[in-house]
Order: sequence, then C-alpha cells, then structure tokens
Amino acid sequence: MLPELAEPPRLRDRMGRTRDRLSGYLRGIRSRGAIGEEDWESIEAALLGADVGVATTTALLQDLRQRVRDGGLRDGDALMSALRQDLCDSLTSAGGAELQFVPGATNVWLFVGVNGVGKTTTIGKVARRQVEEGRSVLLAAGDTFRAAAAEQLGMWAARAEVDVVRGAEGGDPSAVVFDAVQRAAARGNDLVLADTAGRLHTKVNLVEELKKIRRVADRPPGTVTEVLLVLDATTGQNGLIQAQQFLQAVGVTGVVLTKLDGTAKGGIVVAIQRELGLPVKLVGIGEGADDLVPFDAEQFVDALFEDAPIAG
Amino acid sequence: MFESLSERLEGIFGRLRGRGRLSDADLDEALAEIRSALLEADVNLAVVRSFIDGIRAALVGEELSRSLSPGQQVIKAVNQQLIRVLGGEPLRIVHASVPPTVVLLAGLQGSGKTTTSAKLARWFRQQGRQPLLVGADLQRPAAVEQLRVLGRQAEVPVFSEATDPVAVAGAARGEAQRLGRDVVIVDTAGRLTIDAALMDEVRRVSEVVRPDYTFLVIDAMTGQDAVATAEAFHTTLDLDGVILTKLDGDARGGAALSVKGVVGRPIAFASTGERLADFDQFHPDRMANRILGMGDMLSLIEQAEREFDRDVATQGASRLLEGRFTLQDFLAQLQQVKKLGSIGGLLSLLPGVPKELKQANAVVDDRDVARVEAIIRSMTPAERDDPTIVDGARRLRIARGSGTSTQDVNQLLRQFRDAQQLMRSPGMLAGMLGGGGGARGARAARALAGMTGELEGVGGAGGFDLGELGSGMGSLGGVPAARSSAKGGKGKKKKGGRVTPKGGH
Repeated sequence: MLPELAEPPRLRDRMGRTRDRLSGYLRGIRSRGAIGEEDWESIEAALLGADVGVATTTALLQDLRQRVRDGGLRDGDALMSALRQDLCDSLTSAGGAELQFVPGATNVWLFVGVNGVGKTTTIGKVARRQVEEGRSVLLAAGDTFRAAAAEQLGMWAARAEVDVVRGAEGGDPSAVVFDAVQRAAARGNDLVLADTAGRLHTKVNLVEELKKIRRVADRPPGTVTEVLLVLDATTGQNGLIQAQQFLQAVGVTGVVLTKLDGTAKGGIVVAIQRELGLPVKLVGIGEGADDLVPFDAEQFVDALFEDAPIAG
Repeated sequence: MFESLSERLEGIFGRLRGRGRLSDADLDEALAEIRSALLEADVNLAVVRSFIDGIRAALVGEELSRSLSPGQQVIKAVNQQLIRVLGGEPLRIVHASVPPTVVLLAGLQGSGKTTTSAKLARWFRQQGRQPLLVGADLQRPAAVEQLRVLGRQAEVPVFSEATDPVAVAGAARGEAQRLGRDVVIVDTAGRLTIDAALMDEVRRVSEVVRPDYTFLVIDAMTGQDAVATAEAFHTTLDLDGVILTKLDGDARGGAALSVKGVVGRPIAFASTGERLADFDQFHPDRMANRILGMGDMLSLIEQAEREFDRDVATQGASRLLEGRFTLQDFLAQLQQVKKLGSIGGLLSLLPGVPKELKQANAVVDDRDVARVEAIIRSMTPAERDDPTIVDGARRLRIARGSGTSTQDVNQLLRQFRDAQQLMRSPGMLAGMLGGGGGARGARAARALAGMTGELEGVGGAGGFDLGELGSGMGSLGGVPAARSSAKGGKGKKKKGGRVTPKGGH
C-alpha cells in the first residue's frame, strides 16, 4: 500500500521560504502616485534577475510605458497590477496545465531535456501521482546512457509500486520504449512514462535518436499524448533555445519546471510561452515524492517578484 | 537567436567610420548594446553593471585607432576586460606535502558533480597521480552506483559506505592511505543553497575531510541565479575555484563571469562533452569570445591549421576567381572542410554565420554532405568539368551510382549552375574580394551552400555553407581585437582566411 498522499503543497507555501526577503522597493511602487524612472528600472531589474530575458522584458515594459503615457495606468498600483496581469496572461495563453490522457489507450508520456535537469526524478514523482489518480503505470528506463540511470529509476519505481522495463546499459533506448509499450498493452497498463537520456539539443545524432524514440512510442498500440520538456529553473537564456530545438525535433507539448524551490525563479518560461506557445504543466518544488505540482501562473508570477534585486 | 555583439556594434558604428573620437552618445549606445549582450549571455545583472563601468572607464576619451573600426575598438576593450575578469591568476594544483591531496566537489543538483568527479580523477591520473574517488552522495538514488561505473571507466577505485556522508568523508583519508592513493576526490550530493540542513551537512563533510581544494561545480547554462548559488557555497565552504560543466552546448556561459565576479576565485576546469576525456583546464580567452557570441575561433583556427591543405584551398580560390570553379573543385573543398569535423560542430564555432544557419545548426545533417559527395563521385571527370553534358541517361547512371534519385542529381546540377552564374557576375567578385563578406558574395555562397542543404529539403539554412565559412573566417581578419591577446594572432588570421575559395588574400 502506498502511504496516503497529502494535499499537494502549494507553490507559494514552498516559495514562502524566500518571501520574507521580498524586496521592499518593488512593493513600494504599489503605493506610489507617480511612476518614476527608478521604478521602471527596479521592475526591469526584477524581470532580468528572474531570467525573463532582455527581449521579453523590453517588450513587456515598452507596452506598459505606452499605457502609462496614454493615461491607462495612473499610478504605481495600477502599473504593478497590469504587469502581473500581463505576465499571467502570457503564461496561460498557451493552454492549461492538464496532462493529456486518452482513456482506454496505451498512453505514452515522453520526458526529454538536457543533462541534469531532473528527468528521472520527475518521472518518479509523476508515477506516484498518476498511480494515486488510479492509472496503471509502467516505467520505461529509456536512459541507457548515463551510468546507473536505470537503477535510479528502479528505486523510484519501487517507491511508487510500479514496474519498470529496462534494457542493457548502452543499449538502444527505442527498443526499451518499444518493449515497454508492448508490455503495457499486453498487461493493460494505460500509461507508460518513458525516461530518456539527457542530451544537449546541439547534438544532432542524439536528437535523431530522440526522434526515433518518439516514432517508436507512437506506433500502435502506443500513443504519445505528452512530450514533456524538463527544464531546470536555474537555466538562463539557453532555456529558450532548448525549448525551440526540442519542440522542433519531437513536438514538445509542455514544460516541467524543476528545482523551483531554490533561489532561481525560472523566468525563462515566460519567454518560452510567449515565443513558442509552450505551456508549463508541472513544477518541481522539493525533493519529496509529492513535491511536483500543477503549474499555477499567479503563484509563479508572485514568486518572480519576491526577493527581487534593487535597481541602481 | 542572439545576434552576436560584434555584429550589433558594427551596426551602430558603421556610420561613425572616419571620426576621430568616440562621443559620449556613441559610447552610451555601445554600452547599452554590450549590456544587452552580456545579459543575453546570462551574466548576472549586478556583475554586468560593474563590468560596464569598467568598460566605460577604459573607453572614455580614447583616441580612435587608425587600424580598427570604432566597433572593433569597443569589442577589443570588452574582450580584454572579459579576459581580465575571467582570467587573473590561473589555478595551479599544489599537492599536499603529506598525501593525499583532497579535493571536494559541491554544487546544485544536476550540475554534473558525479561525472565531473570521474573526469577530474582521469585528469589526475594523466598527471601521473593515483586518485581515489569517494562517493559521499548518499541522497540521490543510485548516485554511488553511477560513480562506481564511471570509476571503472576512468580506472580509478571508488570508496563509499551506506552510512552517512560525514562518516564516508571521515573515512576517506584513511582509505586512501590504506590503498596508497595520493589524491582523493569527494563527490557530494547536490543541494539547494537555501536548504540549511544540507548546507550544514556539506560544511561538516568539509570539516572532517579537510580538503586542499574545494570546487563549486556549476552548469554553463545557469542564469541569473549563478551568483546567489556561488555566494552561498563560498560562504559555507570557502571555495578555491570553480568547474564549469556542459560547455559543449550552445549556452553563452555568462555564469562563468558572474561566478568569477562574485567568488573571486579562478575557474579551474571546464567540461566540454560527455566522454570522460572531454575535460580540461579553463581558457579565459576562449570563454570571452564565447560570451560575446564570437564563437570559439581559436579552437577552430587550431583545428584548421592542423587539418587544412594550403594548396587545395589556394587552387580552389584561384579557380573561383577565374570563373572556372567546377564540381571537381567543389568536391575538393568539401573534403577539406570535412576534415574539420562535423558541420554542425563547425558552425557552432563560427562567428558571423547568419542567424538562420546558427539556429539550424542542430539539424544540419552531415549525411547531406555525404550525398552531394556521392553524386559528384558518381560522375565522370568530363561531367565534373562540364555538367552541361549530363543528359537523361547520364543522370540515371549518376543517380544509381550514388544511391540517390534523378531529382537529387537534377537539383545539385541546377544549383551549381545558378551558383556559377552568380560567381561569374563581376559584382560578385567584388563582393567576395571586398572583405566583410558583401551581400552578393554571401548570396553566391549561399547558392553554393544550397547544393548540400536543399537535397534534404531543409533549405539553405540546413545546408553547409562553404562561402559563409569563408566570410566567417574572413571576418576574423576584420576583428583583430577579438584575438589580440592570442599569440601570433596575425599569422593565424591569414591561415584562417585560406579555408575558403575567397580566402586568397
């Protein structure tokens, strides 16, 4: 028996660790009657410091400045509310955080990303949550490259009380995923969570390998219903390039933002959403098995501005 | 995705040529661009500010150089400042008088500590040392198992116990002495800096193992948070240096600058690939170029120097100038370039490659090049000299011989014809010779490049661009500042220029 899962912790509770260091200056803007150049600089610093990126930050601020000039935003409070709303809007414009699942089919969720972002750990957590929601889960240890990756996945499988299909270390990951889909169909598992080796999006042959994995997984009886890009919240501007390349290669359907419980803000997902229309679906906010929760744009945006650097 | 700083500055300063001095307004505009470029490279905001102040101080009132364009002059100053900040005193490992020398690695989750431990062990072994790997990451499932596998690959023993990290670390020295090992490398669990309990644990690990060197392992893709992370680890562990990982991607790696700026300790090593051998001491000058988006020219030049055959390149150039560039010449040039390694890898090293090409560099397929080669090789010498004699029957034979279709053959021939026509137009030659890669030259080059790319249907963007390699290498000559610190830069530049048909200068 699985121990009972607690209510998923809210992003904000976890991020509350840094809340007490909330920059007083940004909060101060809210009470200001007129908006000064220093205020703009502080907002810019907050966005840049959260890894939102120069282009996205500039676009957001240009639009807000125009609205201030046009008289649409009359004071600091209106400005901060508009900024918050703009960010939330762009973060939800690409769709919600639901994970796609076709009842009665052998669903395959593929987890992709560069090295060290937390793919294996994410799968372990997703497995547990999906079992809890009544799905019959099978894991595919498609990372045949990293030493002991399958062992690591096996430990997560044991915790979630699900089986894992493994191949030989250094073996063909497509074959592992193929076997897993076949076995899932034969045994009536309705969800295969497929791990893949971390790979830099610049490695042509490894990206080709990933395309093959996806093709194999999508062959009947399997059907790929999610391709989740796992992205580390500490990632800077390269995150956008990663998302673009993985989207192009394997049709990423959503982002899992991990390690959001640290000091990093993960603001690059704002750019990813604006530029590529990829929604964030899950966020990782801790090491525990339950610390992977659905993305909540409002909580995320509020956390972006906490502990913001001061302009100067 | 990001325009290189050099391109942008050339844009700003293009109109200033001929003026004697940088005005304050010019400088402000340039500094704003530098700021954007550094931020896009993930340099921390606070570090950018102080860096910009340094640049301003260096440039204010400076005489404009006769030999450099204003843009180049600014880049030179930026580059020198970058190298100064990134470089400083390089780290030299001084081994403990009583062995073992103990090295402790720490960092966030997923930064690459375990792999780096094994790479470092291999590096020490190559220095004639006898390292011992110690697995003190008892947190992540199977981390010790991963270390054992990597240890076998590196032919280095691994010590760990299923106790707790502090106990394992405490036993490490004794184990090294028992096994007669003179270097101990301690791998620790990844941890968040705000996790007080785990930060305290790593401090205690450090206390019992008494490291001679403590390195922070940090991912080159890290964004603004690099500073907070480095500060926290430095406060807890008093770092001796930094190891930068995953430099084989296309991240600009501004985190290097941030961390160096905050910790003030050298970046000791850089990890540039998945194999254990892909690890070396850090080169500040190369990192500076990378952050500026100028590519790793030095590596490319070294590679080119090793691999290129001067005569073949010169011959190609002269035939191009004479308008007698045949498919045979094209094949010879293709061979040359292939020696440099994969096309994708090559593109990533090059500055001045158009954005669409850079973005496509992950999808560039060396098989396209192989296909073009196969087609040309399936032609007779007469056909290579004069493709107009290729009729239907010959086309079929060539397609069969090369394992392609007649459409592929047609396409190559058509594109070669177009490229030839472009090359024959007088303006084209001027463009190619005029330096700076004129638009017409680039267009002809692209037409040539299309011959490889469009076979796969990925368009010129996916193809290998022989001519762009040319303008890339050529622009090296135009950006002397970028490498002014490199020894013998001038000679290398000339050699670099030889890479291409146009490079006969």
